[in-house]
Amino acid sequence: MDYSVFDIIGPRMVGPSSSHTAGAARLGKVARRISGNDVAQVTFTLYGSFAKTYKGHGTDRALLAGIMGMEPDDPNLSSSLELARSAGLVYEFVISDAEPPHPNTVKMMITGSGGKKTEVVGSSIGGGNIKVVQLNGLAIEFTGEYPTLVIRHLDRPGVIGDVTGLMGQFNINIAFMRVFRHSKGQDAFMILETDNVIPKKVVSQVRALSDEIKDVYLIEAM
Amino acid sequence: MSISFTSGSELLSMCSKSNVKIFEIMLAREVYLSQKSKDSIISEMQENLSVMKRAIERGLTEDIRSVSGLTGGDAKKLRYYHEKGQTVAGQELNKAVAAAMAVLEVNGAMGQIVAAPTAGSSGILPGAIITTAERFGKTDEDVINALFTASAVGYLITNNATVAGAEGGCQAETGAAAAMAASAIVEMLGGTPAQALDAAAISIKNILGLVCDPIAGLVEAPCIKRNAIGTTNALISADLALAGITSIIPFDEVVEAMLKVGKSLPCELRETGTGGLAETPTGRQIRERIFGDI
Ligand code: SF4
Repeated sequence: MDYSVFDIIGPRMVGPSSSHTAGAARLGKVARRISGNDVAQVTFTLYGSFAKTYKGHGTDRALLAGIMGMEPDDPNLSSSLELARSAGLVYEFVISDAEPPHPNTVKMMITGSGGKKTEVVGSSIGGGNIKVVQLNGLAIEFTGEYPTLVIRHLDRPGVIGDVTGLMGQFNINIAFMRVFRHSKGQDAFMILETDNVIPKKVVSQVRALSDEIKDVYLIEAM
Repeated sequence: MSISFTSGSELLSMCSKSNVKIFEIMLAREVYLSQKSKDSIISEMQENLSVMKRAIERGLTEDIRSVSGLTGGDAKKLRYYHEKGQTVAGQELNKAVAAAMAVLEVNGAMGQIVAAPTAGSSGILPGAIITTAERFGKTDEDVINALFTASAVGYLITNNATVAGAEGGCQAETGAAAAMAASAIVEMLGGTPAQALDAAAISIKNILGLVCDPIAGLVEAPCIKRNAIGTTNALISADLALAGITSIIPFDEVVEAMLKVGKSLPCELRETGTGGLAETPTGRQIRERIFGDI
């Protein structure tokens, strides 16, 4: 594989653990992005090893720091509980003994300032890498390693073609693309992971493509 | 121009063909892969170096306590001890070891570090390289070059084996870090690329088979002290290589052997915190104290 120098000496991070601390911060950050950077209230449900060992690894602080938008190497990460309180962010941690898909899993139930709810489930899969596995109850999958577009849309013919056409116009190469849906004709998610940086204006143009497109979130590569 | 190598022997022949050092090849490879300028890559590494130095400074001067409460303060203890007078293993060695332990203690206290190659082994590279550079009057530029040498060795181990304790045990983590540090020091002090890889090979051989058994699953004990011995390992391996002593088994074969040994370790001894020291009566007691009965 083409490891970069900075995969070997790096990342810069706040300890103690790449999976239980840095990965947790990344999960929080992705969830914040998906919520449209609007988090008024959040409930974290911890599963597996996250549930058992979060205290010693600062997993709780890391998740909260991420949801407040901090990077995994932010020196303030360890004070996130205090910072959240003074910022008026309401948070709660729930420990679950349910069997998770992966040992280090968290469910983040976010309520925005206008009452909008977003539910993100993700796992920290080692070395600070993560995988988002569920979005608003729908099983999906992306890693955040690539610039990612998450698009909520109605499952109608032509929507996917419109989106990929627009990517072509911007000269953005799609590395991976998957579509997930509950049932035919209903709410669906389209996930595009790209080789190129996605400019912000793409987001508004995708949204303007058609009425079938409900939400568009841009998650920058980590 | 494409610059790629996947083995130590390939790297050495590239070095001798163009008459360059390992760090130069690694830097050119990064420019090619990332399509970024040399300057921006160097300044990114400079940023890593600053974080490493800050972590050493914090660990040696502040009152550090880990989140779990299990560790902290030992780096400072060692610093006072070696500053006060004679030590058994020598002032300079103790200074390097204290720096390495400082970084790991800062890591345990949710402080900022640079994974090198992992968080659990992040003390060895700064502890060994930065203190040696100071002693020999080397500049930041020399140290940054050394970090590129180190990353070449780390890349080869990651690519051809593993640097994850969960896969290969502690030999993979602190072994890789020591190998990286040893090769970097050799090149920084004027050794040849072949000597650098000999130093790396010797470092891994010295701790081949070391298990990963963190108490309560936390990257604290025995990790902090394994960074102490990893630093010592790096320094003595560098000296052996600089003295002209070669590794009887070549670097590439040592890395392959390390992977095989790692794979043969039972799961309990690969970062699950369920074997070795973690499963001693005291280790179990500590786990129950921190996490309750799990
Ligand atoms: S014992 Fe395990 S967790 Fe600790 S430094 Fe070694 S490999 Fe890392």
